[in-house]
Amino acid sequence: MQIAEPERTLSGRSNGPVPREYLTFRLRAEEYGIDILKVQEIRGYENPTRIANAPSFIKGVINLRGVIVPIVDLRIKFGLGDAEYNEFTVVIILNVHDRVVGMVVDSVSDVLELAPSDVREAPDLSAVVDASYIIGLGTVAERMLILVDIERLVSAPDMAIVA
Amino acid sequence: MNQSPSSQPGSDGAGFDLSQFHAIFFEEAGENLANMEGLLLDVDIDAPDDEQLNAIFRCAHSIKGGAATFGFADVVELTHVMEALLDRLRRHELVPTSAMVDTLLESGDALRALLGRHRDQGDEELDFGELVDRIRVLTEGAAATAGAQVAASAEPAPRAEAPAPAVAGAAPVSGKRRLAARIGPLARAAIADQLVELFHDIPGLGEIEPADAGELDDGGYRHFSIVTETPDEELLDLFAFHVDRSQVSLRLADEGPDGAHATGEGAEAHADGWGLFEGPAKQGAAGTRVEPAGAAPSGDTTADAASGASRPPAAPPGGAGSGRRADRATRDASTLRVSVEKVDQLINIVGELVITQAMLAQTGRDLDPIVHQQMMSCLVDLERNTRLLQESVMAIRMIPMALVFNRFPRMLRDLTAKLGKRVELQTVGEATELDKGMVEKITDPLTHLVRNAADHGIEMPEDRIAAGKNPVGRITLSAQHRGGSILIEVQDDGRGLGRERILAKARERGIPVSDSMSDGEVFALVFEPGFSTASEVTDVSGRGVGMDVVRRNIQSLGGSVEIDSAEGYGTRVSVRLPLTLAIMDGMSVGVSTETYIVPLGSVVESINLEPSMIRSVGGVNQILEVRDEFLPVVSLQDFFAVPRAEESARGNSTVIVVEAEGQRVALLVDELIGQHQVVVKNLEANYRKVPGISGATIMGDGRVALILDVAHLVRRARH
Repeated sequence: MQIAEPERTLSGRSNGPVPREYLTFRLRAEEYGIDILKVQEIRGYENPTRIANAPSFIKGVINLRGVIVPIVDLRIKFGLGDAEYNEFTVVIILNVHDRVVGMVVDSVSDVLELAPSDVREAPDLSAVVDASYIIGLGTVAERMLILVDIERLVSAPDMAIVA
Repeated sequence: MNQSPSSQPGSDGAGFDLSQFHAIFFEEAGENLANMEGLLLDVDIDAPDDEQLNAIFRCAHSIKGGAATFGFADVVELTHVMEALLDRLRRHELVPTSAMVDTLLESGDALRALLGRHRDQGDEELDFGELVDRIRVLTEGAAATAGAQVAASAEPAPRAEAPAPAVAGAAPVSGKRRLAARIGPLARAAIADQLVELFHDIPGLGEIEPADAGELDDGGYRHFSIVTETPDEELLDLFAFHVDRSQVSLRLADEGPDGAHATGEGAEAHADGWGLFEGPAKQGAAGTRVEPAGAAPSGDTTADAASGASRPPAAPPGGAGSGRRADRATRDASTLRVSVEKVDQLINIVGELVITQAMLAQTGRDLDPIVHQQMMSCLVDLERNTRLLQESVMAIRMIPMALVFNRFPRMLRDLTAKLGKRVELQTVGEATELDKGMVEKITDPLTHLVRNAADHGIEMPEDRIAAGKNPVGRITLSAQHRGGSILIEVQDDGRGLGRERILAKARERGIPVSDSMSDGEVFALVFEPGFSTASEVTDVSGRGVGMDVVRRNIQSLGGSVEIDSAEGYGTRVSVRLPLTLAIMDGMSVGVSTETYIVPLGSVVESINLEPSMIRSVGGVNQILEVRDEFLPVVSLQDFFAVPRAEESARGNSTVIVVEAEGQRVALLVDELIGQHQVVVKNLEANYRKVPGISGATIMGDGRVALILDVAHLVRRARH
């Protein structure tokens, strides 16, 4: 498949250089990948302290070794159906723009290194995730990864985390 | 130093990189400048205090020395002429005038600008040649008639201060003198020969000859005779490269043995200069003072008494000028300069320790005390030690209010000159301590309040005289600890607030008011946005954007502000702040399955509720009668939309009466859980500001609990 403008494939939409290593996780049937450098740690799910009048996808805040960290459930944010919280539920703790934020996902897979040639531009569908946050679509073996600029996503106004 | 500043700042001929010391120099120069400014403002033109003049001289001298080392030629030039003027002043060769003080203050500003440029390596052009010339003109001015002209023979006098900051720089820059130097005790005679080499290597330093046979005397000393024009201080600095300062003693050669001169012990604790070889300043050490003007012995501390307001003790005889300061904080000079990050780190860790200890205590509660007796007693000890540790660590961050008050004399001086008013500033309680974080945030609001007092409060001198008042107005700044808070007040004896004028202005702005409002409520209107009864807007104040911002800033610190006034007599603004932001006493309350923390300082009382006690108004609002007062009821369950599984007997059965900004509200909760000291965590670091919540804390079980913003709840309830 020919790409019309090869130079513009990847960095066209996101801010910085294209990351090389991605942490992959699942939300329902879809697999996503985010820059591993933005990931601080991975934890199990613990009940956060609810914050009144916050959007439904912000579950609350937890105590992470003395730091108060908000927890966002991406499954609720993206409207992916009922969100379950069990012993397999995983929280990815991110560190972006000097903020620590946790996001709930269904499961975490592995860390993959992707070369630019493995990443294709995502078609402009009105997807659940606003296309401006998608760096591209990565292919590894049989898997298709939706590569997300997590820094931009977390800082977005509709995420209601950054004031 | 007599050597010319090297062209390349940061290194000298020996290839020794000095740039690592820049930071220390800039910090100390900053302190010296602040010190100098404070002293200059305090100078009484009619009866100058010698000690103050000497101290001002030393400030300029210190900066000059450091600047010379690092090659900042422009700073050296300016401080050099300042030194010359100050030298003549302190030796009573010149009478101090207001113009001199103003020029010296201006020079302080110029130095700040120059140093700032060096520090930030900016490249803007700064030329103070005109200022330098002006200082020179002042220096050449009429010689003083007051006081005996210090004759040459009495010249040692200024150098006779025994304690550390040996003002040896007073030695005549022109005119040779002969010194007898005693070096030792030394291990080997040859060590002192290196001093002779110094005189060979440095041109213009002077001439030195051994006054002994090249051998150590019985006490292990070497003796030299030196003819030089170089000030003692610089000689000592140079000698320090080879021998310890304590081993050097310089005497004027034509003085007797007991000639008043800085002795070896005095020279050792040299706190003058660049702070690179800092030693504790000696307080009032021995040594005769042949001081014609008979000023007080200098038991002063120099600028290296880091954070404290180091002012000389208010003891000078006839030092009327210094009596203006109501309190003085004399600081012991043994302080440690520590970076703020290290202290904050320490506080964080101690905070964690407190939380862990609380968790341990909670876990321990489930244990059988008899079986685990040893453990229980250890837990008790742990709690006590943790509490003491926390108190000590929090105290590290406390600094005196003097640091906030310090900027006002200068500000008022410039301001009143511009406005044509006469104002005297009085400060009380400068030693009262406040958390460093709050000091930074309270400075702007306080500045605004003081400017208001000067601009709107104090009347023009003629008006004051007409009103039978002293033409010089007075503004008093005070700080004191009250309960668990600090109370800061700005009081003026000006024209006061006019109740009717405020009411009229409020009506004009469409703010609902009534004549039956109490004075307190009327005065509080001043805090409304856009409110200003100033008849004209000056560039100082009057645009009405100030007071509401002031109140908001103070509230965001968890504090409150009130105004009281009497028309014709004056106004007083009272600011109340918590002592620290980091730790707070809180009462935990339960609402359904959630726990919230109410700041203990705002709790008035708690009441067990009978359902019939709550009445409704207009079908929606609920009120409660408490001691003849009807209070609005705020149900936390409703306010925070707390989900409730089922109605329980405990539901909504307790009321906590809280107070903020003078108004009360009844909070409806399920139960009172307990009272503890909580470590306040910032919610906005990773999240955002939540209305009604001022912060978060971590409970004994490791979970997060939210701290209520009582002021916000009260405001919402009463509107």
